[in-house]
Amino acid sequence: MSMEEKQNSQTSLDFNQNIFKPTSREEIVEIVKTCYRKNIPLEINGLKSKNKIGRNFQSEKTLDLSDYKGIIDYKPEELYIKVKAGTPLKEIIGELDKNNQQLAFEPNDFGYLFSGQSNSGSIGGVVSCNFAGSRRFKVGSVRDHILGFQGINGKGETIKSGGTVVKNVTGYDLSKLVSGSFGTLTILTELSIKVLPKPETSKTLIIKNPHLKKALDFLGKALSSSTDPSGGVFYPDYFGKDFVLNDLTHDGGLTAIRIEGPTNSVDQRVNRLSKELGLLDQELSILDSEQSNIFWSRTKNLEVFKSLKSNLLRIVLPMSETLKVIQKLKNFEIKYFIDWGGSLIWASFDQLNTKILSEIKDTVKKHQGYITLIKVEEDLKASADIFTIDPIKYKISEKIKRSFDPKRIFNPGKMYTGI
Amino acid sequence: MSSLQMPKVDNAIMSKKDKIASDLREIINSKNVLSNPDELRPFETDGLTAYRQMPLLVVMPETVEEVSQILKYCNENKVKVVPRGAGTGLSGGSMPLEDCVLMAMGKFNKIIEIDFENRCVVTQPCVTNLAITHAVQDKGFYYAPDPSSQIACSIGGNVAENSGGVHSLKYGATTNNLLGIQVVLMDGTVTKFGGKAMDAEGYDFLGLMTGSEGLLGVITEVTVKILKSPEVVKAALVGFPSIEDAGNCVAEIIAEGCIPAGMEIMDKALTKATNDYSKAGYPTDAEAMMIVEFDGTEHEVEAYIQKTKEIAEKNNSSSLKISKTNEERLKFWAGRKAAFPACGVLAPDYMCMDGSIPRGKLAEVLNEISRLSKKYNLPVANAFHAGDGNLHPLIMFDANDKESLRKCEEFGADILKYCVKVGGALTGEHGVGIEKRELMCEAFNDKDIQQQLTIKVALDPNSLLNPGKVYPILRKCAEEGRVHVHGGKTKFPDIPRF
Repeated sequence: MSMEEKQNSQTSLDFNQNIFKPTSREEIVEIVKTCYRKNIPLEINGLKSKNKIGRNFQSEKTLDLSDYKGIIDYKPEELYIKVKAGTPLKEIIGELDKNNQQLAFEPNDFGYLFSGQSNSGSIGGVVSCNFAGSRRFKVGSVRDHILGFQGINGKGETIKSGGTVVKNVTGYDLSKLVSGSFGTLTILTELSIKVLPKPETSKTLIIKNPHLKKALDFLGKALSSSTDPSGGVFYPDYFGKDFVLNDLTHDGGLTAIRIEGPTNSVDQRVNRLSKELGLLDQELSILDSEQSNIFWSRTKNLEVFKSLKSNLLRIVLPMSETLKVIQKLKNFEIKYFIDWGGSLIWASFDQLNTKILSEIKDTVKKHQGYITLIKVEEDLKASADIFTIDPIKYKISEKIKRSFDPKRIFNPGKMYTGI
Repeated sequence: MSSLQMPKVDNAIMSKKDKIASDLREIINSKNVLSNPDELRPFETDGLTAYRQMPLLVVMPETVEEVSQILKYCNENKVKVVPRGAGTGLSGGSMPLEDCVLMAMGKFNKIIEIDFENRCVVTQPCVTNLAITHAVQDKGFYYAPDPSSQIACSIGGNVAENSGGVHSLKYGATTNNLLGIQVVLMDGTVTKFGGKAMDAEGYDFLGLMTGSEGLLGVITEVTVKILKSPEVVKAALVGFPSIEDAGNCVAEIIAEGCIPAGMEIMDKALTKATNDYSKAGYPTDAEAMMIVEFDGTEHEVEAYIQKTKEIAEKNNSSSLKISKTNEERLKFWAGRKAAFPACGVLAPDYMCMDGSIPRGKLAEVLNEISRLSKKYNLPVANAFHAGDGNLHPLIMFDANDKESLRKCEEFGADILKYCVKVGGALTGEHGVGIEKRELMCEAFNDKDIQQQLTIKVALDPNSLLNPGKVYPILRKCAEEGRVHVHGGKTKFPDIPRF
C-alpha cells in the first residue's frame, strides 16, 4: 500500500452514498482521489441554477458543492474578494453592497428561465459558465474578472493559478481556461475575483422604436461615441409591455442605452448622446437610477423568457452581422431580444428540431458567430450538439481535458462527446 | 552576470546545421533563412541584454503556410524553435538557444483590416502596438494597452507576454483587449481562437495563449478591440512628505470609487533623478510623488480630479498641480517615462525589477526595499504603477565589480520574494522568460507547476517550442530576476521602458 493509499484508508469517507456534500477541501480531495482510483465519473454541482445547460451525461456520483461556501477574504480597498466556490452569488453581492462595490460583469440569473424565480447560483457556477451580462462590451466577461483560483484536478491534486493582484503574468493564465469550462477541467474550490466600485448614478435612455435596423444604428453610434455607454439592448414590440415602469409608459419596441458614472457626468453624457442620435423628446424616456437598475436587472435575469416552455438559444456574433442573421431567422417562429450593444441575441424558438437547428447553426457560423443551446426540449437535447466545435479545436480540447482530468471523471460529456 | 542554465544542447542537431538550413530553404524563400554568424548576430538577444546566445539559424517566414511548414519540419526533426517579434521583451522570452531555429516574425508587419463597425482591428503580429492606434486615430479611436515600449514592441509580442502599461488599471492588459488570434501549433496545425464575436465558446484557448510567452504556439494574426478616445484627459502631480501618505492616498482614491486611467508613484531618489534629467518640474523635496490621470467626459474628469484633490490634502500632500493643458500633462509624464536613462546617469549599471504587490502594502514593501538597500549597500530608486500594484525598483550597481553584481542579484531576488510574501506576484508585466524562471517555485508549488507543464506537453509533446523559458530548470528557486543595463547601453536606449 502506498503512502497515499494509506492516508486515504484512514479517512472517514462513506463511498456508498451517491451524493457527496463536502464542507472542506480535504473531503473534496478524498472524493476525487477515490473516484480517480476507481474510475467513477462525477457530476459537479453548485446551486443547480444552470445545470440544465450542457449535454446530458452519465455519472455515478454527484458532488454537491453548495455547502462548500463562505467568504474567505474581502479587501474592498484592494478591489478583490476571495470566496469558496459554492458561495451563493447573492451572498457575495450582499457583502459587496455594504461597501458600495459590485461584480461589474453582471452575471445572468437563469433562475427565472428554468424555474420561474430568481436563482443566481453559486460563484463557482457563474465562473464555470462564463455568461456575462449587459456590461460585457465595456468591462469584459466573467473571465476578465477572475484574478486567480484554487481547484482540484482530476487526480485529486490541489492546484492554483493567478493570485489576488490585478497585474500578474506569472505562468499560464489558467483562470481563463477554467472559466467557461463547465466543470470539466477542475473542481473549483476558491476564487479570487476583482470587484469594482458601483457607479454613483446610472441613467437609461429609452428610445421608443420598434425597428431592429434603426435600433442597431442607434446602438452602433452610441458604442462608438465618447459618451461611454455601459449597456445597450433592443426589445421588439412584443416585449415592450414587460418594461412598463413609472417613467416608461410606452409599451412597444424599445432601444435602451445605459450611461453610468458620477452624477454630473451622467447627465451631461445622456444629453449629449440624445443629441448625437438626433432624437426628439417624444421619442425618448429617461430612466433615473432606481428605474434604470430595475430595467437592467430584468434584462440580466432574462425575465422576458420567464418560465419559457420552448427553446432558448444564445447567439453571439459581430454586431455588423446581427441584422442579417435576424432577417434569416425570421423564417422560423422566433422571439428575440438583443443585448451587448448589438452583439448578443437571445432567441426563443417555438419549433425546433435537428434540421432547423443545423440550418440556424450554419447561418450563424457563416456570419462569424456561434450558438449555445441554453434551453432545449429533452428529445432534441439528446440528439443535438449543445456547443459547437470544429475538429481541430476538438483535438486540442481533448488534450487539455486530459492534462487536467486524465480519466475523464469531471462532468464527462457535458460539453462534447468524449471530453 | 551569473551563468544561466539552458536546456541541453542537442549535438546531433548542431552537426546537421547545413542540412537543416538547406531543408528550410526548400520550404521558404532561401534568402529568408539566415545561417552565417554575421547575419545571426542581431538576433542573439532581446530587451534582456545581459543574456546573449547566437541561434543555430534564423528563419523569416512570410506567410502562415510557411510558419506551419517550418514548425512541422522542426517538430518532425526535433529541432527547437524560438519565436521572436520585435525583440523588446524584458525577460528574455525570445533569447535564442544554441541549437534552435529562431523564428523572426518581422515580415508579418501589415494591418489586415480596420473594422470600425465592430470596433476592432485585425492585424499581423509584428505590427507595433502604437501603429494600431495610429491606424485608427483619425476616426477618434485607439488601442488601450500601452506598454511604454509601444513605439517598438509588436502586438504579437504583447499577446505572448500579456503586456500591460500605465493605463491597464482602467482598461486592462492585453488579455482584456483581445478578441481573437490565429495560432500555429508546434505540429504545424493552424487554428483560430476567438474572432470578432466575443467570448468564443468552448475552452478559452485565447486566454490560455495570452501570456504563454511563446511556449504553446506561434501567433500569426491578432484581432484587438479598439476604443473611442476619451474626450478629456487630465493629470494631477502630487507631492507627499512620506511614502505612507502616498500609499494611503492611493488606497483611498481607489476605495472612493475613482478608477484613474493611470496612477504612478516615484520615491524621492527617482523623483530627483528624473527631474534632473528631464526638467519635468517635479516636487524634489517630497519623499514620494504621485501622478494620477483621469480620462472621460469633462464633468467626469473634473469630478474625479476634485475628489483626488480632497483625498490628497487629507493625506498631507505637500504640493499639488493639475494639468491645465495637454502639453502640461505630457510634461508630467516626461520625467516618469525617462526613468531608465535618468538612472543611467546615477550609476554605471542598474537592474530593473518587476514585481506586483497589493496596493496597501506599498509602504511596507518600500520600507523593506530601503532596508535591503542598506543591507546590500546599493542605492535603489523606485517607480510604481500604484493603481495596479506593479512595482519597478531600479537597483544601481557596478557590473565591473563582481561583488557588486552578486549583491545586486541577491538584492533583486530578495525584493521579488518579498513581493510574493506579501501576497503579490513575481512579475506584473515583463513576463517570466529566463529572467525569473527559477523564482517560480517561490509562487507555485510542484503540483501547480506540474499542471502547467502538462498543458505544455499536451500541445508540444517534445518540448521544442521555446524551451527553457518560464518554468524552472534548476528547481533551486534561485536568485535571478532583473533587467540589466550597463553604462546606459541598453538595446534601443531611446525606447521608453515599463
